[in-house]
Amino acid sequence: MYSYYLTIVLAPLFAAIVAGLFGYKIGRKGAHSITIGAVGLSCVLSFYVLYRMYWGGAEPENISVYTWAVSDGLRMEVGFLVDRLTVLMMAVVTFVSFMVHIYTIGYMHDDPGYQRFFSYISLFTFSMLMLVMSNNFLQLFFGWEAVGLVSYLLIGFWFKRETAIFANLKAFLVNRVGDFGFILGIAAVVMFTGSLDYATVFGQAEEVAAQSVEVFPGSPWNAMTLICILLFIGAMGKSAQAPLHVWLPDSMEGPTPISALIHAATMVTAGIFMVARMSPLYEFSTTALAVVIVIGAITAFFMGLLGIVQNDIKRVVAYSTLSQLGYMTVALGASAYGAAIFHLMTHAFFKALLFLAAGSVIIAMHHEQDIRKMGGIRKYMPITYWTSLIGSLALIGFPGTAGFFSKDLLIEAVRDSHWHGEGAVYWIAYLSVLLGVFVTALYSFRMFFLVFHGEERMDKETRSHLHETPWVVTVPLVMLAIPSLAIGWFTVGPVLFGGFFGDAIFVEHSRDVLAHIGEHWHGPMGLLTHTWQTPVFWLAMGGLATAVYLYLLRPDLPAKIKAKVEGLYNLLDRKYYFDDLYIKGFAAWGRGIGTALWKHGDQFLIDGVLVNGTANSVGKLAGVMRQLQSGYLYTYAFAMIIGLTMFLGWLIWFR
Amino acid sequence: MIGLQHYLTLSAMLFVLSIAGIIINRRNLILLLMCIELMLLAVNFNFIAFSRYLGDETGQVFVFFILTVAAAEAAIGLAILVVLFRTRRSINVEELNRMKG
Repeated sequence: MYSYYLTIVLAPLFAAIVAGLFGYKIGRKGAHSITIGAVGLSCVLSFYVLYRMYWGGAEPENISVYTWAVSDGLRMEVGFLVDRLTVLMMAVVTFVSFMVHIYTIGYMHDDPGYQRFFSYISLFTFSMLMLVMSNNFLQLFFGWEAVGLVSYLLIGFWFKRETAIFANLKAFLVNRVGDFGFILGIAAVVMFTGSLDYATVFGQAEEVAAQSVEVFPGSPWNAMTLICILLFIGAMGKSAQAPLHVWLPDSMEGPTPISALIHAATMVTAGIFMVARMSPLYEFSTTALAVVIVIGAITAFFMGLLGIVQNDIKRVVAYSTLSQLGYMTVALGASAYGAAIFHLMTHAFFKALLFLAAGSVIIAMHHEQDIRKMGGIRKYMPITYWTSLIGSLALIGFPGTAGFFSKDLLIEAVRDSHWHGEGAVYWIAYLSVLLGVFVTALYSFRMFFLVFHGEERMDKETRSHLHETPWVVTVPLVMLAIPSLAIGWFTVGPVLFGGFFGDAIFVEHSRDVLAHIGEHWHGPMGLLTHTWQTPVFWLAMGGLATAVYLYLLRPDLPAKIKAKVEGLYNLLDRKYYFDDLYIKGFAAWGRGIGTALWKHGDQFLIDGVLVNGTANSVGKLAGVMRQLQSGYLYTYAFAMIIGLTMFLGWLIWFR
Repeated sequence: MIGLQHYLTLSAMLFVLSIAGIIINRRNLILLLMCIELMLLAVNFNFIAFSRYLGDETGQVFVFFILTVAAAEAAIGLAILVVLFRTRRSINVEELNRMKG
């Protein structure tokens, strides 16, 4: 299996290098053939590994490929840990990535940076695979940073756009904040366990949890809480949890395929995956879990609200991603890691679908993204319409779709996770995920109706060109629509209750809500028939009905509501003033310090006084001294005689 | 009776004269060379005077060495002077200031 794993990881890297460095030689066709071929190969092999692991009964493997360095007993290795959690992620990542690759042919058709784009997305796949397949913290960090780097390159892909440059810098900087916490967390892991290897670290989890450390003088922290919170700060950056979420909506500046890739399979899921992978650590710190669940709940609800007021088609989907990531984080905090990963998987399919569908609309609209200028596109683009509908239904958790199973069980798990006590933490989490369902349904179908139904608000020129997009665009849509619709049916039981993850995820017995729910599990059909008894169903339907009423039946109402609650609207429209806080607060502050250091420290002190000052004073001194060099022999002779006399005098009188 | 101090006084006078010659003379490079010769001779005087005074012949041997070196130096100096004159058409010390900073 060793060679399979290597191939899965290295094929996209190879393709990325070829397409990136020799893009002009191999041409457009060559670039997309090689990258799609490589990612397709990875995808097929990943599914084969998944098949072997799940049906073939293969054991999890922990392979060390290469020892990079050994320093004072600390081994830095490249290795693969392929267990059931990894295998699921590999399959999702490569599948979505494969679909996105195909789709890109259509979306980037006229772009001059065609080869470059393919090179980047293959590199992205490689980075994400390195991240999920890693068996140690160092490689995890490598993948983590590589994903961050490629996302930076991709968000700023259209580097001539002012806004894209701003967005990619923002993404990079916000991720740095998270990564700072992450690397501190890894440092703490090394400090307490002396190892980077997962197996060793997890084996010592109990001893670490018994230690405490003084972060600030006088306030001892549990070592495990510290490690987990620091690692989670990294996850907050990468998985865009409040308050480090600000980069994600702006990442919409990149081309749509990349939005799909970032939001569905790679990058943002890294944080969720990491926490699930670290479950043997998180389980030893309820404090850290409480932090995780609260952050997730805040993100899930409040970011969802923002989606209601957005007018850019991609931004609406972006905010829904934020909200759904919040859901996954809440599940992590409730110790329902399986539910989080399951939601991650279903979400990957329908979110990629929604993004690619949005992209399809954008292509047809000639790169117009404002939903106020769309409407009634249904009859021009039937495939996009139906696939979008499936995606939206899955997103709101309509009974029977993939999103239904994952979200419903996720919320149920949160409801049953009483171990945080009945206090504020529990209610914040539970109410947020419940109300989030209503909000999700509202904004999803607001966008859906504004785009596909109602009057046609685009200009004549655009309307005359409206038609369904080519097959390279629609095929991935259909391919993603199928799992969005159906994958819940046959995976929900085995993944959540069938012990699919085996030893990959560790849950402390008393907190194992999924096992608790599993006792009453009667198959997907059972869940479906009981669904109308749950608040989740009614909230989703309520949201859907509200959207129908506001945007189909009474399209004049939203404007009136907006006028009534102007203050609230402004709050949402300005995204809770987070951007202002960061840009005018931290960023301006940082730039102020930078400017001061530059002007006074660098330009004045270092350049002015030290470097140029030295040179200037030497020059001035030399200017005076050169007057002594008259060039006449007799002055030199005179100077020599004076000197001689002085030495003689010194010899005679002072010795 | 002519003693050591008379010789030394003469030698010092010759030496100071030669220095004055070097410093005051601003016309002729040949004069400079002659002043340097004179300076060496003044030093030779000292050697001989002390050699006589101390009854040690080493000083006189040194004088021969110095004379030989001085002769060689004068020859080289004059050769340089000829070359200088060829290139600059002048041996005026006032004009030879190319070493100016």
